Amino acid sequence: MSGFLARRLGQSLVLLVLVSMVGFAILHLAPGGPMSQFASGSDMTQEDLDRIAEQLGLNRPLPVQYAEWFWRMLQGDWGRSYRDGEAVLNVIGSHLGATLQLMLTATLLAIIIGVVIGTLGAIRRHSIFDTLATVGAMIALSIPTFWFGLVAIYVFSVWLDWLPSGNRFTPGDGSPLDLLRHLILPAMVLALVETAIWSRFMRSSMLDVVNQDYIRTARAKGVPEARILLRHAFRNAALPMITVLGLQLPTLLGGALVTETVFTWPGMGRLFLDSISYRDYPVVMGILMFSATLVLLGSLLADLLHAVADPRIRLG
Amino acid sequence: MSLALSAPAFRRFRRHRLAAFGAATIVLLTLGCFLGPFLLPFDDTTIDVMNRFAPPLSGAHVLGTDELGRDMLARLMMGGRVSLIVGFTAMAIGMALGILVGAVAGFHGGWLGAALMRFVDAVLCFPTIFLLLALAALVSPGLLSIIILIAATSWMDVARIVEGQVKSLRERDFAVAAQVLGASDARIIVHELVPNAVAPIVVAATLNVARAILLESYVSFLGYGIQPPVPSWGNMLNNAQIYLTSAPWLAILPGLAITLAVTSFNFLGDGLRDALDPRMRAR
Repeated sequence: MSGFLARRLGQSLVLLVLVSMVGFAILHLAPGGPMSQFASGSDMTQEDLDRIAEQLGLNRPLPVQYAEWFWRMLQGDWGRSYRDGEAVLNVIGSHLGATLQLMLTATLLAIIIGVVIGTLGAIRRHSIFDTLATVGAMIALSIPTFWFGLVAIYVFSVWLDWLPSGNRFTPGDGSPLDLLRHLILPAMVLALVETAIWSRFMRSSMLDVVNQDYIRTARAKGVPEARILLRHAFRNAALPMITVLGLQLPTLLGGALVTETVFTWPGMGRLFLDSISYRDYPVVMGILMFSATLVLLGSLLADLLHAVADPRIRLG
Repeated sequence: MSLALSAPAFRRFRRHRLAAFGAATIVLLTLGCFLGPFLLPFDDTTIDVMNRFAPPLSGAHVLGTDELGRDMLARLMMGGRVSLIVGFTAMAIGMALGILVGAVAGFHGGWLGAALMRFVDAVLCFPTIFLLLALAALVSPGLLSIIILIAATSWMDVARIVEGQVKSLRERDFAVAAQVLGASDARIIVHELVPNAVAPIVVAATLNVARAILLESYVSFLGYGIQPPVPSWGNMLNNAQIYLTSAPWLAILPGLAITLAVTSFNFLGDGLRDALDPRMRAR
């Protein structure tokens, strides 16, 4: 186990350095770069610009800037927002809760519904239900999330007037019921794609297991079919799903960004878009790095959990 | 268990029907978007203030008009041109890049292959939409830049597929034979290895068109992609959000168009996977 752990941690560290290089390169090699915000102001002279570049350390060679930036990142100093001078990590931190709430709710919904659909589909393979679930999942994966959000708002907020169309709560009313009412629509929209993915993975994992020898042995011994499926097959099929959690994190984060824009949900995605339109590079950079690190940690954690749950993995 | 014998046949039938539906829809959409505007009496940019917000099926405008009285059908067709062009070209550029990186990494292996593939891993850590938006906000928006940006953010999975294929194929007898006969590395890659990996490449290409159309619509929806007055399915939805209460068809129609196009490519890709590559067959 320790060998596996060390190898996996080492890989993740190398990847983290590479990720930081990619992120740094993207924002600094792009036309305009971090100075474009100041250059666009008409009342700035070249001298002013030079002085700002000097102050922000933007006139030094890129490798030097990168090394210093990366060293500071490791110490938790992610720079300050161009907008209000707030530390980037604090800015991200104050928006993270809303995003995590949305992502967790949607994932929970997706796992419950997806696992049920996938399992039933695998048990009744090629039945009408399975066919509908397969086609339905493919369509769900093809619907643009932001448009689905608009349609959901039209149906549930405009037409039926059941649920609020955006924001996290009604100003002045922070009751749990109010929070829940605001959470339902965005969580449902974000869960659509996730449910489709979970049901597909669960179905194929279940099919892998159902064809194993020990299932046939159990059948031969006369174990009731329901017991075989629930006790023997389901448990073993659910195990690899741990990795899906890690695998799905980039999609989930991207989906959350899209959902937040439609529902004006005050999370990291909303913050990212606002920062982009303001050319607030430290925050844009911070969110890019933060989400990539999250993805990295997510897949590391999923692999480790899987290794703990399934001893065969550690030997590989 | 009596279904066991007929099940594969049933599955093939169903799969192929969906794939056929996808292919037919793609052909119809392409023809409609590129030829349709010539048959319509309305231009997609003609503003008609007397006919603003005409609902679908209410008069001369079959699918109604938008907030400036422009014909929705004409705009959907012109927007479709943009979406399909972006989908196909971004896919082509992304595939070329992915195949190149994957083939080089898989063929050479060693430190170069490892470095290239770790780079692929690193880029894949960034959620595509975050990466795409950060880049899109930095360059001046337009058709060409959105194509290049989508291609730049969707070559990685192809590189992984091709690397894996090339790595395993290069040890096979036919590749070794070519080497013994004195073929150059480039020749072995282009003439021996890549053609043998064509099945997963074609499948990935089809699915990547779907992805590119989705990404374009989202970036344009946010205002960083195709700019008005040129319509795209994405930027048509941008304005529609404001009129959701009074004129819902402005939002519903472009979204249906995107869903139809993307579903078709996904069905086709799935059918192709079944037909071309038995090893990757989804059960």
